[in-house]
Amino acid sequence: MDILYDEAIDGALAPFEKADVLSDLQHSVPTLRLLHREEDLRPFECDGLAAYRVLPMLVAMPDTLDEVETLLKRCHALGVPVVTRGAGTGLSGGALPLERGVLLVMSRFQHIINIDPDTRTARLQPGVRNLAISEAAAPYGLYYAPDPSSQIACSIGGNVAENAGGVHCLKYGLTVNNVMRVDVLTIEGEHMTLGAEALDAPGFDLLALFNGSEGMLGVITEITVKLLVLPEVAKVLMASFDNVEKAGKAVGDIIAAGIIPGGLEMMDKLAIQAAEDFVHAGYPVDAEAILLCELDGVLADVDDDCDTVRGVLENAGATDIRLARNAAERAVFWSGRKNAFPAVGRISPDYYCMDGTIPRRELPRVLNGIAELSRESGLRVANVFHAGDGNMHPLILFDANREGELALAEDVGGKILELCVAAGGSITGEHGVGREKINQMCSQFDADEITLFHALKAAFDPQRLLNPGKNIPTLARCAEFGAMHVHNNELAHPELPRF
Amino acid sequence: MTDSPTTLPDRDIADRLCEQVSDAFSEHTPLRIVGGNTRAFYGRPVDAAPLHVAEHRGIVHYDPVELVVTARAGTPLEALEAVLDDNHQMLGFEPPRFGPQSTVGGAVATGLAGPRRPWAGATRDFVLGTRVITQHGRSLRFGGEVMKNVAGYDMSRLITGAQGTLGVLADVSFKVLPKPPASYSLRLALSLDDALVRMTELGRRPLPITAAAWHDGELLLRLEGGRSSVATTRQELGGEPLDPSFWQALRDLRHDFFTLTPGQTLWRLSLPANTAPLALDESHSQMLYDWAGCQRFLKTTLDGAALRRACQAVGGHATCYTPTDQGGSDAPFTPLDPVVEKYHRRLKDQLDTRHIFNPGRLYAAF
Repeated sequence: MDILYDEAIDGALAPFEKADVLSDLQHSVPTLRLLHREEDLRPFECDGLAAYRVLPMLVAMPDTLDEVETLLKRCHALGVPVVTRGAGTGLSGGALPLERGVLLVMSRFQHIINIDPDTRTARLQPGVRNLAISEAAAPYGLYYAPDPSSQIACSIGGNVAENAGGVHCLKYGLTVNNVMRVDVLTIEGEHMTLGAEALDAPGFDLLALFNGSEGMLGVITEITVKLLVLPEVAKVLMASFDNVEKAGKAVGDIIAAGIIPGGLEMMDKLAIQAAEDFVHAGYPVDAEAILLCELDGVLADVDDDCDTVRGVLENAGATDIRLARNAAERAVFWSGRKNAFPAVGRISPDYYCMDGTIPRRELPRVLNGIAELSRESGLRVANVFHAGDGNMHPLILFDANREGELALAEDVGGKILELCVAAGGSITGEHGVGREKINQMCSQFDADEITLFHALKAAFDPQRLLNPGKNIPTLARCAEFGAMHVHNNELAHPELPRF
Repeated sequence: MTDSPTTLPDRDIADRLCEQVSDAFSEHTPLRIVGGNTRAFYGRPVDAAPLHVAEHRGIVHYDPVELVVTARAGTPLEALEAVLDDNHQMLGFEPPRFGPQSTVGGAVATGLAGPRRPWAGATRDFVLGTRVITQHGRSLRFGGEVMKNVAGYDMSRLITGAQGTLGVLADVSFKVLPKPPASYSLRLALSLDDALVRMTELGRRPLPITAAAWHDGELLLRLEGGRSSVATTRQELGGEPLDPSFWQALRDLRHDFFTLTPGQTLWRLSLPANTAPLALDESHSQMLYDWAGCQRFLKTTLDGAALRRACQAVGGHATCYTPTDQGGSDAPFTPLDPVVEKYHRRLKDQLDTRHIFNPGRLYAAF
């Protein structure tokens, strides 16, 4: 995967000189904080996908929407690409800068405009951190449900742009299911409100289209999210299995019993051992797989469901079932899962994180396929899943310093995603396409579908100035179709749990 | 389409539909997309040759354990929901049926949702994937049968509610939900003002409520969830039992309220939660509150423009449900903000360059 924007494959850019753009912007938006010296630009060269680094031409850090509006109008007039960045925690290189582009950093818009407990909504500027929403809502007994792993740092604007997920998606949905309204600025600098504080709005559902559009259609300037009432109680069961397939089948059995858990997570032996070694959560290191099942809601119902799930797990052949006795033990159970990525990072110099989704029924077959690929390649693979919604995060372990191993890891990763697509799944469940999976889009969609995506884009940004080279590949790129590359030995925010 | 929907066999006529669309594109002939033709009242009339989708029917794939069902657009809702019901599952958005012919495609194209919507989600929240016939007569696949999928733009949700103006829905994959083990409906004698306060209070507590309406001096609630929580909440709230068929009648606009007197038109107001009663002339209007007050049905002789102003002033909008030829508004949907409209037109021009798909169905301009 070539990180750099390639005009021959990704599309031609307008001719302009950095000095001219800088002086134009300094003149037209005098109050705008603009960075242009290499040492100032360096901290912005990557997002959470730290293996991909490109120095932006300029970094703009606006404080007001007027500045954003004028900046966009000038860039539109000059033909200068704009890459929007939130907190920079994304894992697919969606905010990877362009050498010939402005990086628009929205992180200074951090104001929680309003929390309304009666309508159960929060109005937010795009730079508000995900977790800060739930913290501000907590005094009212409310919270914001989507909880991507980086929630202490990632911002709501980026969450909308990526349609971020988390461990509670099966029951509570992704970002798109929890956002009521967004205000956006178009590349032409026009203000537009999509969605409403009411439960619907007239016209096309452009709100849904903007969720997960990866900064390709407009710049998000304000978000209204719905807040949920905090569940009365949450309980976690941990079940051990001596066989991965049995664990996979147990996942389906829980759903078949009519229960939608708040979270339903699975880890295989290598992931269990790495996590236990790292955080000492009391995981059974001799088990082939564990399931973590969180049930939340009204106390009486949760107790009933716990009994049901326990019975299902026993019938599915669980060798051990433990119920967290209190909130502290519940947090310990979760800590291993939430620290699985850094835990795997401790046992291998490099790892390569995948984000494929599959129908749950395909889990045993895809797992066997992954094990086969691991055997063939000699590379270890640790498996961590959002098992309830079929979102897999296989972590391929390798050492980039060994000749050819990176290429081998890329090859295995590509084949895993092909397994997911062949099983009726998707190349990305929650991390987004960004720059990272731009080539894999060609295996999930055919030329007609990609052409339609370009038509959607052209409706909003015919000059292709917003985040060019991301999300949707050109047909020229698909013709060139290369192997995938998700080398990721160094996360930009190692302090964040990744799950 | 004279066949009764219950006698039609399961068939895949996607190839034929693709050919018909392709011909319409070549010949610049607009199409009026017709499923069960039960939702014709919802939107502007389309003067064009019909494209019949009802024969394209049948469940393509259903695996209850996956919580996903894929059905062809012409599948009657009744047939689909019967199969789900056999497996103790349901469509979470509780789509209205305006007759036994109501189809899956019509439900998704209009995006209408029933009383459960504020608690469970809208139609588009349950649409995981679609197969869409585009202007060139190609059948394209967007989304899929998985819960999480962020590859590419969300064409499936964009086309939900677009009323066939961007392409023809061929197949739809839905996320389905298990049916709640317990259900109980009740009525409480309460004035409108007290009911609105009560609904806001109840909304802030973790209670198993899945429908809340107010009509004629009564707050009407549906409790659904685990047996324990439904029993406890029922005890706490008190009131009289309500026949649960009320919710189907409300969903399908069959309740007595929806009978109009001469000169009246029926409107649907969509308003933010916790919105006070609008200052509308009571002698001219009667109101039924659904969705805990977020959806209000209004029978009125008032002028549409005045209604719209009142709704927009509080952040909502109003839709006319009475067809034009029965005295309804010729602009049933609230006009769009000029910038938003500009991008609607551009989208339409991109995906339907010759305006062959239901032209004018939503707005006269596209």
